[in-house]
Amino acid sequence: MSTDPRPRYSAGADTLAFVRQSWAGLRVLLVLTVVLGLVYPLAVTGIAQLAFPWQSHGSLVSLTGERTTSRDDAVGSALIGQGFDGPQWFHPRPSAAGDGYDTLASAGSNLGPLNSGLVQAIDERRAAVATEESVDPSEVPVDALTASASGLDPDISPAYARLQVARVAAQRGLTPDDVRVLVDGATVGRDLGVLGEPRVNVLLLNLALQTMGT
Amino acid sequence: MSAAWVAIGQIAIVVLVLAAAHRPLGDHMFRTLTSPKHLTVERWGYRVMRVEPDAEQRWSTYLLSLLGFSMASVLVLFGLGRVQDRLPLDIGMPRLDPAGAWNTAVSFVTNTNWQWYSGEATAGHLFQMAGLAVQNFVSAAVGIAVVAALARGFARSGTDSRVGNFWADLVRLTVRVLLPLAFVAALVLVAAGVIQNLGAHTEISTLAGGSQSVLGGPVASQEAIKELGTNGGGFFNANSAHPFENPAPWTNAFEVVLLLLIPFSLPRTFGRMVGDRRQGWAILAAMSTLWIAAVGLLTWAEIAAPGLAPTAAGGAMEGKEVRFGEAASALFAASTTMTSTGAVNSTHDSLTAPGGGVALVGMLLGEVSPGGVGSGLYGMVVLIVVSVFLAGLMVGRTPEYLGKKIGQREITLVALYVLTMPAVVLIGSAVAISVPAGLAGQLQGGPHGLTEIVYAFASAGNNNGSAFAGLTVGTPFYNTLLGLAMLIGRFVPIALVLALAGRLAQQRKVPEGAGTLPTHTPLFVGLLVTVTLVVVGLTFIPVLSLGPVVESLS
Repeated sequence: MSTDPRPRYSAGADTLAFVRQSWAGLRVLLVLTVVLGLVYPLAVTGIAQLAFPWQSHGSLVSLTGERTTSRDDAVGSALIGQGFDGPQWFHPRPSAAGDGYDTLASAGSNLGPLNSGLVQAIDERRAAVATEESVDPSEVPVDALTASASGLDPDISPAYARLQVARVAAQRGLTPDDVRVLVDGATVGRDLGVLGEPRVNVLLLNLALQTMGT
Repeated sequence: MSAAWVAIGQIAIVVLVLAAAHRPLGDHMFRTLTSPKHLTVERWGYRVMRVEPDAEQRWSTYLLSLLGFSMASVLVLFGLGRVQDRLPLDIGMPRLDPAGAWNTAVSFVTNTNWQWYSGEATAGHLFQMAGLAVQNFVSAAVGIAVVAALARGFARSGTDSRVGNFWADLVRLTVRVLLPLAFVAALVLVAAGVIQNLGAHTEISTLAGGSQSVLGGPVASQEAIKELGTNGGGFFNANSAHPFENPAPWTNAFEVVLLLLIPFSLPRTFGRMVGDRRQGWAILAAMSTLWIAAVGLLTWAEIAAPGLAPTAAGGAMEGKEVRFGEAASALFAASTTMTSTGAVNSTHDSLTAPGGGVALVGMLLGEVSPGGVGSGLYGMVVLIVVSVFLAGLMVGRTPEYLGKKIGQREITLVALYVLTMPAVVLIGSAVAISVPAGLAGQLQGGPHGLTEIVYAFASAGNNNGSAFAGLTVGTPFYNTLLGLAMLIGRFVPIALVLALAGRLAQQRKVPEGAGTLPTHTPLFVGLLVTVTLVVVGLTFIPVLSLGPVVESLS
């Protein structure tokens, strides 16, 4: 079949040419769909599950803090934040995903920089955190006051983690130094020295805390 | 180390990787688009598809093939969305409503990847991988194919307007460029923690005794081509802010490189195709100047953190992830809006007022710095023709570019191209703020609400796809109108560029004379950047004044 018909100048012929090209387009699309939509993702899936089984299944961790690929053993994903309300836990950041850390509704607040509701929420969070940690309101770091983009941020800043050490230690009958060692162990620096920001993974820190307490 | 030095460090890493990669990749794309040989696997493909890859097409036939392919794509994607609940791997997702399915079909076929929906609550796995991800590949290939046709128009002399074969360009770019790169990138992302499985979302008990769903899906394979093809449609609602799409600071830098890779390599391809590498360098210089300026401004805005809420919190971390912080979020935001990608690793609605303004202007530049795969380069060539024309008017000579005269017909096509996007953005926004259905979508009123609406039409009309996501767009009104904006914003410019390519291919090359304006000098690059900014400025200053400018000043 030639894809280059002679020039025609009637509307009917143009329509016919377009229909013919659309049929060709459909055939091309179907072949490409098999290659790009089935073979490619399934090949990546196969290789990923063999080479990186833990990562490809969601970086799941068990109650003992070990890596697992089984959802039955898992208490969460090392990459996904989850809610920790009780005073015996390190708290994550505020979350706008559903009622908080809802993985089926990942989202930020989308509130703009001049939004009065956001300003009010920040002031309230600052007061609440200062009260809970018994510190001056000016000491509360920015990540404790703001909701993340995904609503599933697994991390807090090292500053916010250190702020919570005294409370967590007191609640669990541990010395602040013991807990501080855990925080230091869970602190990760910038990638390659300049990429991103230093951070502490809240789930992994709380898992370490739980394992130590038992 | 101060915040500024860290920011400069990560920009430097991205720039170095791109500087090393753009030449080999640009050369590879040149060979892909000019080699007379077919791969064996391509021959099999052409036989099954029943297309003739060696027949040179006139520009009008090339356009018909492109439109026919795109129409088939819209219909198939619309159909898949409407029946996704009956497909395998549907993971319990209901079918899309007609307006939503239309919007998504148009969005992914036009390389916009605007998303009115939340992936984890709307899309089944097969719809994502066999529907959306396929369009991530082919819509990117279509953009590069148009560049190839335009470059042939400049390179050829006195033909009957033949500019190549669309099917061969489409298949080759997919098989030889996009697929191998995406395959490698996908495995790199899996190694870092991006998930790749076919499981559904299942509930587990969390450490503190609550419950949370563990997510499944073929994410890495889609994430790779989402960035590489400057598509930007996230597997999940939070897009590249989601830890399963972008788990670490280094994957963030990797994804920024992926989305800039092809747009910054195409000037080399273009330069070689028109037989003058210096022209490619000049285009690269203009693109880089605008990109680096936007990255610098946006990074400054987010680190300085002006505005009521950032001041109250002590930093602009609302809508940002701790692992990225302000600098890596700003780098991503500037790169995604200036490449027509539209993926986000922070919520753009919560950017500072000047930061959000830079992101908006990045799109309004017409996506040429460096722009989407293909569309950025042909947009820039159009602006070069405008610049050459202006310079010609000043000195009273017939303007020419690459040995082709820019006459009345050529400049008419170019002028229509330049006017299309602003018309879509401004008329669309005007309609939305004039009717209750449009105003109802705003999350926040006042100047920020206006910015939300203008941002939506700028994003759709420029095929970007990022959002000031406070605007509620999952309504029949916005789904229909933004769908139209995406369609016009994509295919009208493509038709004009292909018509221009056909005209140029017919012309005989004129030898360079004493009066020829050299288009590879720093002086010309300066003129080109100025023209780009002036065209946008004249068109959009009134509406920008009422939105981000007022907000920055208050």
